[in-house]
Amino acid sequence: MSPTVAVILALAVGTYAFRLVGPVLHGRVELSARVQELLSAGAVVLLVALLATGALTEGGGFAGWARPAGVLVGGVLAWRRAPFVVVVLGAAGVTAALRLAGVA
Amino acid sequence: MRTAERTPSLTVLPEMVRDASLLWLAGGIVGVSFGAIAVAGGLPVWVPIAMSLLVYAGSAQFSAVGVLLAGGGPLAATATGLLLNTRTAAYSLAVADILGNGRLARLAGAHLVTDETVAFALAQQDPLRRRTAFWVSGLGLFAAWNAGVLIGALAGGALGDTDAYGLDAAFPAVLVALTLPSLREDAGVRRSALLGAAVAVAVTMTPGVPAGVPVLLALAGLVLYRRGAAA
Repeated sequence: MSPTVAVILALAVGTYAFRLVGPVLHGRVELSARVQELLSAGAVVLLVALLATGALTEGGGFAGWARPAGVLVGGVLAWRRAPFVVVVLGAAGVTAALRLAGVA
Repeated sequence: MRTAERTPSLTVLPEMVRDASLLWLAGGIVGVSFGAIAVAGGLPVWVPIAMSLLVYAGSAQFSAVGVLLAGGGPLAATATGLLLNTRTAAYSLAVADILGNGRLARLAGAHLVTDETVAFALAQQDPLRRRTAFWVSGLGLFAAWNAGVLIGALAGGALGDTDAYGLDAAFPAVLVALTLPSLREDAGVRRSALLGAAVAVAVTMTPGVPAGVPVLLALAGLVLYRRGAAA
């Protein structure tokens, strides 16, 4: 087996195993409403951490101004309850426009 | 409340497809860039394609291929990808009751657990809408991602620099839009997420920390969740 095949298989099996944790435990282990709540909160915490690092950093450093500025505009639009499409296209549009204007 | 429980799910379907289609489009374009980067870096065409079908996790795929192309070796590539994907275990616990009751639904649904599908599902109010949102966004994203990777691997860098479209801002914005309802609603979640995000960003900026670790450490923010709920 080539090393590349091994990497793909190991990643595939390992990742699927992570993804099976919930479905396999579901129905077997009775989770209290409190734990279920904590799991939902945990998922939101992970997602927000992901969006924060994704918006602000690139390769362990600051991502530059264009990207966080776009995400910030998206955030303001979302806060004002703009439609999802407007939020996402607004964020991408502002970042693209800033880059076009020479802001990294 | 409503007698016909299925009606709301059907009426929200167009709305969900409309919102999710943007996600599919963005996923497809990122997929194109993944396929193009992998092949341009010297990997055979089948590598990004097989990886996308079997691993199906964008950030882990980019990192693993990045490590491979940088000559980091198969062990480091695998470890980096797996570390990044540990968060899917937490996600799968959060959406376990959303996937469905059948064995097949759970086995197939598990493979579709990604940042975006979980965010999409958890942004919905009732269980039926959550399930619909998960499957609609998940199946479409799987198709779009793999189609994108296929095109990218075959066509190469025809798309040019995707940063010029601001695509790198689109994904954080998607997550902002999808997590905002929970953040608005629950002060405990809000505090936890703020602390968690601060921890993750600080650790990401720290040299020598492996990819995947910062986001996991964000779970430490949940200490504020307990306190918030007790208050």
